[in-house]
Amino acid sequence: MRLPCPYCGERDISEFVYRGDATVKRPDADDPDAARAFHEFVHLRTNPAGWHFEHWYHESGCRAWIVVERNTLTHAVRGAVAASAFRRKVGEVGA
Amino acid sequence: MSGGKSAQSNRLSSGGLIERDITLSFTFDGRRYRGHQGDTLASALLANSVRLVGRSFKYHRPRGVFGAGPEEPNALMEIGVGARRDPNTRATVAELYDGLTARSQNRFPSLAFDLMAVNDRFAAFLGAGFYYKTFMWPAAFWEKLYEPLIRRAAGLGRLAGKPDPDSYEKAWAHCDLLVIGAGPAGLQAALVAARAGARVILADEDFRPGGRLNAERAEIARIPGHEWAERVAGDLAGMKNVRLLTRTTVFAAYDGGDYAALEKVSDHLASPPAHLPRQRLWRIQAKRTILAAGAIERPIAFGNNDRPGVMLASAVRSYVNRHAVAPGKSAIVFTNNDDGWRTARDLIAAGVDVEAIIDPRASEEVGIVREMTGDTPVFTRARVTDVKGVRSVESVEFLNANGRTVRLDADIVAVSGGWNPLVHLTCHRRNNPVWNERIAAFVPGAEMPSGMIAVGAANGAFSTHGALAQGTEAAMRVLNDLSLGQSQIAIPDSEDAPYSISPFWHVAESKARAFVDLQNDVSVKDIAISEREGFRSVEHMKRYTTLGMATDQGKTSNVPALAIMAELTGKSIAETGTTVFRPPYTPVALSAFAGRARGKEYRPLRLTPSHDWAVEQGASFVEAGLWLRPEWFALKGEKTWRQSVDREALAVRKSVGFCDVSTLGKIDIKGRDAGLFLDRVYTNMMSTLPVGRVRYGLMLREDGFVMDDGTAARLGENHFVITTTTANAGKVMEHLDYCSQVHWPELDVHMVSVTDRWAQFAVAGPSSREVLRKIVDEEFDISNEAFPFMACAALTVCGGVEARLFRISFSGEFAYEIAVPASYGDALARAIAQAGKQFSIVPYGLEALNILRLEKGHLTGNELNGQTTAGDLGMARMISPRKDCIGKVMSQRPALQAEDRMVLAGFKAVNAAEELTAGAHFIGLGEEASTGNDQGWMTSVGWSPTFGHSIGIGFIRRGPSRHGERVRAVDLVRGKDIEVEICSPHFIDPQGERLRA
Repeated sequence: MRLPCPYCGERDISEFVYRGDATVKRPDADDPDAARAFHEFVHLRTNPAGWHFEHWYHESGCRAWIVVERNTLTHAVRGAVAASAFRRKVGEVGA
Repeated sequence: MSGGKSAQSNRLSSGGLIERDITLSFTFDGRRYRGHQGDTLASALLANSVRLVGRSFKYHRPRGVFGAGPEEPNALMEIGVGARRDPNTRATVAELYDGLTARSQNRFPSLAFDLMAVNDRFAAFLGAGFYYKTFMWPAAFWEKLYEPLIRRAAGLGRLAGKPDPDSYEKAWAHCDLLVIGAGPAGLQAALVAARAGARVILADEDFRPGGRLNAERAEIARIPGHEWAERVAGDLAGMKNVRLLTRTTVFAAYDGGDYAALEKVSDHLASPPAHLPRQRLWRIQAKRTILAAGAIERPIAFGNNDRPGVMLASAVRSYVNRHAVAPGKSAIVFTNNDDGWRTARDLIAAGVDVEAIIDPRASEEVGIVREMTGDTPVFTRARVTDVKGVRSVESVEFLNANGRTVRLDADIVAVSGGWNPLVHLTCHRRNNPVWNERIAAFVPGAEMPSGMIAVGAANGAFSTHGALAQGTEAAMRVLNDLSLGQSQIAIPDSEDAPYSISPFWHVAESKARAFVDLQNDVSVKDIAISEREGFRSVEHMKRYTTLGMATDQGKTSNVPALAIMAELTGKSIAETGTTVFRPPYTPVALSAFAGRARGKEYRPLRLTPSHDWAVEQGASFVEAGLWLRPEWFALKGEKTWRQSVDREALAVRKSVGFCDVSTLGKIDIKGRDAGLFLDRVYTNMMSTLPVGRVRYGLMLREDGFVMDDGTAARLGENHFVITTTTANAGKVMEHLDYCSQVHWPELDVHMVSVTDRWAQFAVAGPSSREVLRKIVDEEFDISNEAFPFMACAALTVCGGVEARLFRISFSGEFAYEIAVPASYGDALARAIAQAGKQFSIVPYGLEALNILRLEKGHLTGNELNGQTTAGDLGMARMISPRKDCIGKVMSQRPALQAEDRMVLAGFKAVNAAEELTAGAHFIGLGEEASTGNDQGWMTSVGWSPTFGHSIGIGFIRRGPSRHGERVRAVDLVRGKDIEVEICSPHFIDPQGERLRA
């Protein structure tokens, strides 16, 4: 399996480290409901059967954290962007 | 030796794709035989009239060669000698070489007379589910008694039991098109694609490309098929854009066009030449794949159908046509399809008597092949019911169209129940094959692995023309998909005979056992038992009867078995379905997966910059993660390691020592927001740190537990260097990258790991400043006033070498750490040793380092174990109330703030002579040593030369408030129960006066 690193091009999956759901966002610690928000951020994940935005780390390559849109059923990959870019354009990885 | 003189009595006088001029000598069970270049071990044994080649797995029935390819269930052998002996090798795919040594398996004392053959007499009691029903009680007997007994009785080959003397390697390849199988479809596809310039890899498991063309008398372009194959393979081999991999089995299809293949580089040689591996494991990344793997013939089950001499019809044809071997003198052909008739035709052409062709179909169902066999007796609407003879077929009984039993003498039964396309690789990613009524076989389903096209027999096209046409068409499609232009190659002329078959799976009238899975001894009756007892789904049947679970993975048995189950349950075959196909297609040795990653090459080894110097000093080394680090530096006369370690530790306390600490993770951090960033990843404030100062820091995980500790040194307004523990160097780098790129990409911060760029040494002890004064260049002031505790500076040493000096201490002693570019590490170690001579400086190793930090109560991975909070480590105050940081919110969860948590404390034995042990649990005096009374555990212990007794640190409930109290350290594993006193974990210099001296 290969992942399309936005910096290095298509690379073998063994160069990457998997992290998980890329759609969760670190809550604000000053939020009055921070305890619950952090609990959800740290512990709760949906486990979709199908398309999924997920964080991968190109550890043995350029060290970029990237967001990959991957189908958890077929392992098909639609595309990937740098994690920093994903924050600005949620959901446009495969475009 | 006696076999030599009656050599090759079954070898035909002409024909075949063998080199008759090259004679190869080999042994089987100690007897010497001869064969030729181009033989497999199986064909050579058959040429020498060797019929009995093995004993079956369960009933120890005599067995002969059954197939001629990877599907072989019977002829499994130990091949090779000594450490090179390989068990369970299929003789049908083992290429013959001079000096080959083969031995039969699973028999005692000999193949001809096997004591365990008594199992066959008790077959009535050994049916499906026998083990489950019989060895149920008592449960405790299973592991110790039943399983070893069963394993011994139902043995396969023996492992060599010695280290593998050969090397194995891994290789990567990329291509536009991977073609799997070099039969007519694969060769044609590869040629069409390669001529258009595509980068092509063509892999075939055989040592000779051609597939069935080598075993048939078919013509292509008016020349014999095998000659056409040879020409095309030769053309391909000469093209720069083609890699032709023979002896290579593609055994797995993975995600995204990833394939695994095993190349048997030198299995066909007695021992690999020094420059070659024995096998090579390929990872092939293919943009497109054409699966032209062919098909495998399946048998029909009838009474005693496992006797030596009963063979697949196609295998008989392979031996006759390819190897010029007549597997016997007189044959019966039993077939439900036209293709089986070809075997009769080819046997007749080779001069073997064909006694009869027995076909369960009606006469009008038999196609034009009928003309092939002259006046050979033909019995339609007939079926073979039984075989007489034990170690070899002697005669055959069959029912004729009138229902009368007829008996004919013969020593071969060539059986064909039709062909099964090799759909395996199309199924490795969940695609289910679909039943095709016309050919009565499963063909690849619609959800093919992306980029894969199946062609030829693998796709259910059984004529040579069909193979060539589909190969051509698929290659054109690939060229078009990849925009690689066109190729002008016509489809060469060849036969296009229709394939006619009427499904026929087993002979119901047979009274004797009719085997379906020959390797695991599963009969038609066992499938019936499985059905009767409710194991009707094919997956259940498989596990209950073990059908298809042997080393051949049911290549000849799965389809007949599920067809029989379908018949029993009254369902269609399509409804019944198949079991799941999983990699590997054929067995792969673990050595091939290991490749060169064996022994010391299993993982990388990291050496410290002063490694060579340490070797010269006579250091003992220990593996710490990937690192090889000095444990201690023994001096002459020191008899135990403790003498060395005590001396080293005391030298640090009394004068000076030094230690290579380059293994610590080092991360260089720059940017306008570097300070702010560090505030967010460390619990304490780093942005307020003045330039030229160092601060200890604690990092949490987002769940509130401690992740790592280390120091942050501010070398400039926008420049920090932080250290991590050796073990977490990679993990912290990953974490910081995550924080900066995912959480706060708006911050201006840039990081790089410099762990390998800087050699770093701790110089520790009261005389450390005097030593460093001789190293650091004169213009730099390192007096206590100018360079106090927790100072840092970029400076030069030894006359201009760039360096960084930190006044930090892990040992708890007055100390420094000094870093130079890694390439100067060795020189710096020598310079420090030289400069320290007058102060009796000693190098110290990991053991002394550990005892020194323990005396000070500093932490390592034993304490930072991922389950401890800042509070547990006695550092609750390190979480700054003035800012958020990773993990802060979650660290405030009530359970993590609970009063009775186990918190760090020191421990010393009440009787100073006692030695503490790490892992001991704390139990109150007079209490039972039970989980309920557990108060905590000891994490680190050591014998302190400074105090002259054993000391330890660990976690105990409400530790800090209990200093002076006594509990017991109970170590049930080592049988220790020691009374200890709880104390401060800072045994030495609790006020830090030494550090600031």
